[in-house]
Amino acid sequence: MTNVLLQYATVLVLTAFVGTEIIAKVPSILHTPLMSGSNAIHGVIIVGSMLILGSANTNLEEVLGFLAVILATLNVVGGFVVTDRMLEMFKGRKPQPKPKAKSDEVAS
Amino acid sequence: MSRGTLIDLIYLFSATTFLVALKGLGSPKRARYGNAVAAFGMLVAIVATFFKYVDGHALHHVWLILLAMFIGTIIAVPTARFVEMTAMPQLVAIFNGVGGGAASLVSITEFVHIKSTNPATYVTLEVLLGVLIGTVSFAGSAIAFAKLQELMTGRPVTYPGQQIINAIVGVVALALIVTILVQGSTLLLWVLLIVAFVLGVAFVLPIGGADVPVLISLLNAFTGLAVAASGFTLGSNLLIVAGTLVGASGILLTRLMSKAMGRSLSNVLFSAFGSNITATGASSVEGRSVRSGSPEDIGVLLGFASKVVIIPGYGLAVAQAQHVLRELADELEGKGVEVFYAIHPVAGRMPGHMNVLLAEANVPYEDLLEMDEANSELATADVALVVGANDTVNPAATNDPASPIYGMPIIHADLAENVIFLKRSMRPGFAGIDNELLYNPKTLLVFGDAKDTLTKVVAVVKAS
Repeated sequence: MTNVLLQYATVLVLTAFVGTEIIAKVPSILHTPLMSGSNAIHGVIIVGSMLILGSANTNLEEVLGFLAVILATLNVVGGFVVTDRMLEMFKGRKPQPKPKAKSDEVAS
Repeated sequence: MSRGTLIDLIYLFSATTFLVALKGLGSPKRARYGNAVAAFGMLVAIVATFFKYVDGHALHHVWLILLAMFIGTIIAVPTARFVEMTAMPQLVAIFNGVGGGAASLVSITEFVHIKSTNPATYVTLEVLLGVLIGTVSFAGSAIAFAKLQELMTGRPVTYPGQQIINAIVGVVALALIVTILVQGSTLLLWVLLIVAFVLGVAFVLPIGGADVPVLISLLNAFTGLAVAASGFTLGSNLLIVAGTLVGASGILLTRLMSKAMGRSLSNVLFSAFGSNITATGASSVEGRSVRSGSPEDIGVLLGFASKVVIIPGYGLAVAQAQHVLRELADELEGKGVEVFYAIHPVAGRMPGHMNVLLAEANVPYEDLLEMDEANSELATADVALVVGANDTVNPAATNDPASPIYGMPIIHADLAENVIFLKRSMRPGFAGIDNELLYNPKTLLVFGDAKDTLTKVVAVVKAS
C-alpha cells in the first residue's frame, strides 16, 4: 500500500465519523431533505466525470465520459433543485395562520 | 502557489461547504440556506475543475463537457421543478440512480484509460468496487423508480430459489473482481458491469412498497460509496470526502429507518416482506363487525373535540388529500380545537415523506409530532383521525407476538377517546395484516376516497 492510498484511507475514515456525527442530530421531519440534499452532494461525481472526459484519448473513453458528465449533471442539478423546492415548503407557523383564499375551491 | 495547489484548496473549500450544508439540515430554519451553500460549493468546484491539468495537460474536450452539462441541465431543471410533489420519492430515486451510473462510468472509463496508456499497470480494487457499487445503485434505483411510478407492481416480486440465485450472482460478481485484479482483462470488466446490473435488479425486486424508504436511503449510501471509490481512483480528496459523507449518513439513516420498523436491515432487504401474508390477512376479515359512519358523523365528532391528532399514511399521498386535510385542520383550529399531526418515521414511501407532503399543504412544522411525542398527546386526545395509514397504527405490533410486524414501534391511535379511520376498503395494509383497531368499539370507519370524504367533512364542520 502506498502512502497516497493510506492518506486517502485516513480521509475516508475520519469523514465517515464526522458524517455520522452530523447526521445523528438531524430531526426526522427533515429526513427527506437530508436524503435529497446528500443525494445532490454525491453529484460531486461531476468533477470526476469532467476529469475523465477531459483526459479521454479514445472514442470509447469520449463516449463513456460524455455520458458520465450528462448523468452527473442530472444528479447534481436535479438534486439541488429538488431539495431547494422541498425546503422552500417547510415553514414555521405564520403570525396569521389562516391563508383562506388559497385552497377554497377544493372545498366546494 | 502552483495551479494544482490552488485548485486543491478550492476543493477543500467545497468539501467544507458540504459539511456546512449537512449541518444546516439539522434545523428547518437553516436547512434551505445550507442547501444553497452546498450548491455554491459545488459550482466553485466545477469551475475550478475546468482549469485543472490532467496527465500534464489542460482539459481536453471542454466544449464536449459544456455540451453534456447543458443537456443534463435542460433535462434536470424542469423535471425537478415541475414534477408533482407526490412523485417526490421516485424523483429522488432516479436522481440518485444517475449519480450511481455516473460513478460507475467514471470508474470504467478510468480503467479503460489506464489500460490504453499503460497496459502493464495493475488494476486496483477501488476501480472495480466503483463499477460494482455504482452499477448496483443505478440498476436498483431504476427498479425502485419503476415500482414507485407504478410502472410495475409495488409488491415484492419473488420467484423460487430467489435468495440462492441472488447469492450466486453476488458471488459471481466477487469472483469476477478477484479475477480481474489478477489478470486485468478489459473484457471481464464488461462482464462485471452486466453482472452488477443484474445484481442491482435482483436485489431490489423482492423489496416491497412499504420498505422502499429504507431501500432508497440505502441506495443513496451506495452511490456515496461508489463516488468515494472513484475518488480513490482519480486521487481526489473532494470525491472521497463528499462520497464518504453521503455513504456514512445514508447508512445511518437506513439503520434509523429499519429501527423504526422494529426489524433488522437484513429482514427488510431479504425477507420479501408482505408477499406471502396477504391471503391469511384477507380471509380473517370475514364475519367480524365494524362500526362505519358517514362524513357527517365525523364532522360532528371533530367539531365537539378539544384535541384531535391526525395520523397520516401513504394513502394520504395517493388520494392527494393533503390540502383538504390542512383545510379541515384550519377550520377546527378556528373553532378552538387543538390539532396535531402524528408522524410515523416510516409512513409513506421515503424517509420523512409525510413531512414533505404536509409541508406542501402549508402545515407548519411545529404541528408535526414525532412518534413518542404523538403518543403522549394521544393519551389525552378526543379523536385520532387516521388518514391512509394502517400498519403504523396496528396494535398487533405491541399485542400479538405472532404478528409479522410484532415489535414495530407504532402510533397508539387506540389511546384516544375515539378513533376515526378513513379507508378505501377493508383491504389490509401493505403488510397484508388484519388490523385489530378496525374492530375496536371506539373506532368509526368511513369508507371511500380520503379526499372526497374530507371535503364533505370540511363542509359539515364549516356549517356547524
